[in-house]
Amino acid sequence: MPISYYLALSAVLFGLGVIGFVFKRNIITIFMSIELMLNAVNLAFIAFGRALGQLQGQVFVFFVIVVAAAEAAVGLAIVIVIARNRRSLNVERINLLKL
Amino acid sequence: MTPQLLIFLVLAAIAIAGAVNVILQRHPIHSAISLITVMIALAGLFLLLESEFIAAVQIIVYAGAIMVLFVFVIMLLNAGAEERTDMSRMACYVGVPLAIFLLIELAYQIGAATLSMTPQPPAEDVTRGLSMLLFQDFVFPFELTSILILVAILGALVLAQRGESVPAKSGRETIT
Repeated sequence: MPISYYLALSAVLFGLGVIGFVFKRNIITIFMSIELMLNAVNLAFIAFGRALGQLQGQVFVFFVIVVAAAEAAVGLAIVIVIARNRRSLNVERINLLKL
Repeated sequence: MTPQLLIFLVLAAIAIAGAVNVILQRHPIHSAISLITVMIALAGLFLLLESEFIAAVQIIVYAGAIMVLFVFVIMLLNAGAEERTDMSRMACYVGVPLAIFLLIELAYQIGAATLSMTPQPPAEDVTRGLSMLLFQDFVFPFELTSILILVAILGALVLAQRGESVPAKSGRETIT
């Protein structure tokens, strides 16, 4: 079966991640949308690696997963600090840097 | 219809339904569980693409560690359902159709541009080849990631520790 099916699915998942990132108000759900986009990119990496018959794509997926783990740890620590200081997870209320 | 295509369609339907559910759910814990469904479906797709190691890592690290961290934080903060904002007419009538158009256009263009690509015959011993690559060609980036993880652990600790002056709030309250 052609590789383009996987790439189209990857594009749809990435687009859904972008839509969640733009539309959602809860900061934790916005984080989950970022994870969804990273997953979609992983699928594209593996599909391209399969199409080219090389393993480098899988190595990149490995590094993407490691970076996602580090990002989730630091990002959720920031979420905890924000929730403690401002008593809210709504991004419309977190506007300290807004002019 | 080959069995491979059937399995792909089922897994793709589960993944897209889960991703849509992540956006539609108002409570973050429901979004998190939908996202775990997406990740498990993607692990099945990785198996279909004959990358067993990445499929296992996807289940163990993503669904097992990162999403547990998310669920843990949601429970710790006692996060409630998202506040309903009256979505402006502009967002409702222009944003949603534009979003659906973006999805269809993106999938169509990428699918059409790569239609000529066909999968190469799979290499034997994928996991063995992967470990050879990881510990020979990519050994320097691999070691760098260990420093990255160390910095991330320290950063998370420094950020999340409670200062001496901040009094602990007692009682259960729901943060929205």
